[in-house]
Amino acid sequence: MVNYFWFALIGISTVVGVINGRVDLLNQAIINSAKEAVEIAIGLVGIMSLWLGIMKIAERAGLNKALSRVLSPILRPLFGGLDKNGQAMGAIIMNLSANMLGLGNAATPMGIKAMEELEKQNPNKGTASDAMCMFLVLNTECIQIIPTTMIAVRAAEGSKNPAAIFMPILVSSVLATVISVITTAFIARAYRRYEQ
Amino acid sequence: MSGLSSYVIPLVIMLIPLVGLVRGVNVYEVFVEGAKHGIKTVVNILPYLIAMLLAVNMFKASGAMDIIVNTLGRFTSVIGFPAQVLPLAILRPLSGGASLGVAVGLMREYGPDSYIGVLTSMIYGSSETTLYVLSVYFGAVGIKRMRYALVAGLVSDVIGILASCLIVRLMFGM
Repeated sequence: MVNYFWFALIGISTVVGVINGRVDLLNQAIINSAKEAVEIAIGLVGIMSLWLGIMKIAERAGLNKALSRVLSPILRPLFGGLDKNGQAMGAIIMNLSANMLGLGNAATPMGIKAMEELEKQNPNKGTASDAMCMFLVLNTECIQIIPTTMIAVRAAEGSKNPAAIFMPILVSSVLATVISVITTAFIARAYRRYEQ
Repeated sequence: MSGLSSYVIPLVIMLIPLVGLVRGVNVYEVFVEGAKHGIKTVVNILPYLIAMLLAVNMFKASGAMDIIVNTLGRFTSVIGFPAQVLPLAILRPLSGGASLGVAVGLMREYGPDSYIGVLTSMIYGSSETTLYVLSVYFGAVGIKRMRYALVAGLVSDVIGILASCLIVRLMFGM
């Protein structure tokens, strides 16, 4: 899908550019983008390394585990059919807390583990269970306590206050997650009715 | 809100190593170990940046962006969503690297502290690459029938974007 989108941008641009008589500008844009991308990348290296260093300390200090203790009473009710203290629930909580801390490398293996455990409890193998769909939705909303990538990019682009987005992101992603969880519960119910 | 948030970075940078020290982590060594991945991460992003900046810059230079902004902008601006941000909203669920490329491009053009810059930070920062999560996680255990997973994931993405718009409008007093 990204393939079509990418080509659509380039294809449409070329046609529209020729019609508008902007071929010179098009030439400039093409050559400058490669240069600009490298400049941006170089600007990002320092601040990105800094955050990765700090987050590595967070990982080793077990902040992930601490956060999962806070999260578990909130998350348990969302997965009604699951064993409350089972492996699946544990992996789900660990995955989501790693995501909240922006520890992508730690989150993915935990997410896969969670799916494997959910599949074990799945009566219809190969078909997504309601718990799997809920887990997916929680993952795509992804509440971030410290949005490290955006802080790094904003700093590199000369923001006066790169962390100014930290509270707004937290508020909007909590809001969006709550609404999405409710919506997903409704979609699940509607889908079950349709299946019968 | 912005006054408070200027404490965030120093506090985080002080508190995380403090907790680490208390828990017996060799904070300095671990920091260096983590920071080593910075260059690799950025090198991984670079091809995405080049690909997306190429496409988006061509789109702008050709005048196609103006056409989109002038036609769709009237509808999207009703909810406080500038049409310039449309490519980011479309790409965010599809590709993390590509959407980061577009996000950086938007911040470069409009400034990270502008309405568009803040909205961009929020849309990128408050959602994940739905299709990646779907393909990696469902692929890992061989789920073939996804049922309503994709619909629920994409609906959540739209909810996320609407929430971002709402909060940014409140921040800018609109």
